[in-house]
Amino acid sequence: MKPLFKFRRGVHPPYRKLTASSPIQRAKTPEVAVIPLKQHAGAPAQPVVSPKESVSVGQLIGKSSAFISANVHSSVTGVVKEISPMPTPSGEKVLSVVIETTEDETPEPKPIRNPDELSGEEIVNIIAESGIVGMGGAGFPTHVKLKPPKPIDTLIINGCECEPYLTGDHRLMLEKPDEIIQGIELLMKALNVRECYIGIEDNKPDAIKLFEEKLRGRPIKVVEVKTKYPQGAEKVLIKSITGREVPVGGLPLDVGVVVQNVGTAHAVYEAVILGKPLYERVVTVTGEVNEPKNLLVRIGTPISQLIEECGGYKEGAARLIMGGPMMGIALFSDEVPVIKTTTGLIALPGLPEVRRYPCINCGTCIDVCPMGLIPKMFPILYEKGRFQEAAEEFDVMNCMECGCCEYECPSRVPIVQSIRAIKSRLRREGKR
Amino acid sequence: MREFWMSSSPHIRAARDTRRVMSFVIIALIPPLVAGVYFFGMRALILAIVCVLSCVGAEYGIRRLLKKESSIGDLSAVVTGLITALILPPTMPIWMTIVGCVFAIVVVKEFFGGLGKNIFNPAASARVFLMSAWPAFTNAYIEPRPFFSKDWFSVVDGVTSATPHLRKLSEMTITKGWDAIGKLFWGNISGSMGETSAFAILLGGIFLLATGIIRWEIPATYLGLSVLLALLGNYNPAYYLFAGGLMFGAFFMATDYVTSPRTFWGRVLFGAGLAVLTFVIRRFGSLPEGVVYSILIMNGFTPLINSLIKPRVFGKVKK
Repeated sequence: MKPLFKFRRGVHPPYRKLTASSPIQRAKTPEVAVIPLKQHAGAPAQPVVSPKESVSVGQLIGKSSAFISANVHSSVTGVVKEISPMPTPSGEKVLSVVIETTEDETPEPKPIRNPDELSGEEIVNIIAESGIVGMGGAGFPTHVKLKPPKPIDTLIINGCECEPYLTGDHRLMLEKPDEIIQGIELLMKALNVRECYIGIEDNKPDAIKLFEEKLRGRPIKVVEVKTKYPQGAEKVLIKSITGREVPVGGLPLDVGVVVQNVGTAHAVYEAVILGKPLYERVVTVTGEVNEPKNLLVRIGTPISQLIEECGGYKEGAARLIMGGPMMGIALFSDEVPVIKTTTGLIALPGLPEVRRYPCINCGTCIDVCPMGLIPKMFPILYEKGRFQEAAEEFDVMNCMECGCCEYECPSRVPIVQSIRAIKSRLRREGKR
Repeated sequence: MREFWMSSSPHIRAARDTRRVMSFVIIALIPPLVAGVYFFGMRALILAIVCVLSCVGAEYGIRRLLKKESSIGDLSAVVTGLITALILPPTMPIWMTIVGCVFAIVVVKEFFGGLGKNIFNPAASARVFLMSAWPAFTNAYIEPRPFFSKDWFSVVDGVTSATPHLRKLSEMTITKGWDAIGKLFWGNISGSMGETSAFAILLGGIFLLATGIIRWEIPATYLGLSVLLALLGNYNPAYYLFAGGLMFGAFFMATDYVTSPRTFWGRVLFGAGLAVLTFVIRRFGSLPEGVVYSILIMNGFTPLINSLIKPRVFGKVKK
């Protein structure tokens, strides 16, 4: 019997992977692409093109301006119409390059580099130039993670996709296994590690089987992890696979681990081997749309266009979520562009009348919290303004906002919201 | 432009809410209720209806008086009413019962801030309140009445008779009383309306465990340790378990979310404390029982247990 790798607590939401067997299709090229210069964690990129300038697909249009930042490339061939603040999925207006497509060009990239001739440093540099960020949704610049200030002995590739609905990573693993594996090998070389695991939840047996076959005799091991949310959260996955616990307030590199998403590994392959910067990604468009699909989408494509390609909204659709339903963000409009961190777009029905009750101390939130916190305390502490106590006594900063507590709470207490409020207050006060 | 509803993550919710939790508890209380009515007749059913109505009425009334939003929709008052009825003698005078229920809801629950804020279990408090106010009636247990007999339909108040089984507990050493276990298990014996049938209580308790409404720690430690202590104290362990309110208390009252600890080890400690207290009261006290007192005493310890026993924080190095 295979050992099942798992973590304590967590929840089992209904998975609703409607698109698990729909092959990835190329979405239509947008007539106008709106490409924000900040689609990642860290500082925005600086524009390096000007209005009326012609750009081609894959051309650098925004240059990384700080250590934690990422380059931005054009996803279409066309003419820059304007460079101005435009609404983005987060609700924030971000300086964006608006490009009118003149030519619907889909380059067929061919291998231009031989991985054996590249040093680790060269690989990291190509990744940085190509504007690759964490494709799992967090959007942390990948090259920064590949220059860890501490020794690393293990690379973990995250193929869990534990969020309900999303299937982009799953499809990518089934359709591009060789590319992903090459990407992983490049990442291993960049980090100079010998040990590498790829964690896949056991609800994707086809992907597990495929990778086990492909990786036979190679130093990359497939780890079948238990299907449970939030298995794919960095700290949780590290614990499941290596048994190591990232210390409170620490990073994976504190326990000698770097985690990268399968989508990121694929993007690394494309960038390093094919010389193709990150200008498109797989987006699962699902939920209350008529034809849910996995689409390969150019960054900057308006979300409304993707919905149209999926047959439009169903009657009940009243909310639109970018990302997964557990941690994603609600969009105020579909007239915003797809960005590098758009893992999925989920149309959901309106909230049924949410009846809130007082907390009954049932302890469910504690039973499901993967971080071992007492979530029920945070709404109380927030209301009373006891922010320091939340940090010192109840480790609020250890919360990764996975949402398990609020998902299960029978009294419908807005726990995650109060945690976010406490965190932002603490950050503002500058105390950690 | 199409407009969307905004919501904060998580955007999906499990189906179980407080009202549903309470409905499940009500369903679990049906077997003991049916057993009580079967054994003690219409009078028992009337008692249950009176308790539920007076608890719900008291909650509605007091919140209206205090100008708070009505909370009867959460069904917790129904649960309190049912439990109160099930831990009282079936012939408890109606008006006294109403006083007890009003006390439970108004003083023990709402004066502390309503559902989720009360320190003590309201039903247990009602029982203790009635015990101190009218001890003659709270200890007036009747023998089971033959199903559908004339007596079964009788609805008169407080016919006093001796309380046979509880008094004898001290005499029930390990070797004695085994002949009565069958009666005790099925519930064909005098006692509080819902406490006599261990079988019915187990049905309800297993339902609550299976549906995940209650967790096993409190009933398991409470009952398990009680058996051990009974053996140590030279009691017939089966008699010790099935006689009195131990089974009912372990599944339905000690597991009350609001008044019991919220962590695994907290619940284990809570259950252990209950077992020890019940034993001490039964062995050394002058009361025949001790379950409701144990529960109320441990309720008082719950905040302390909660602040002492916390889950281990992920990635926290022990100092």
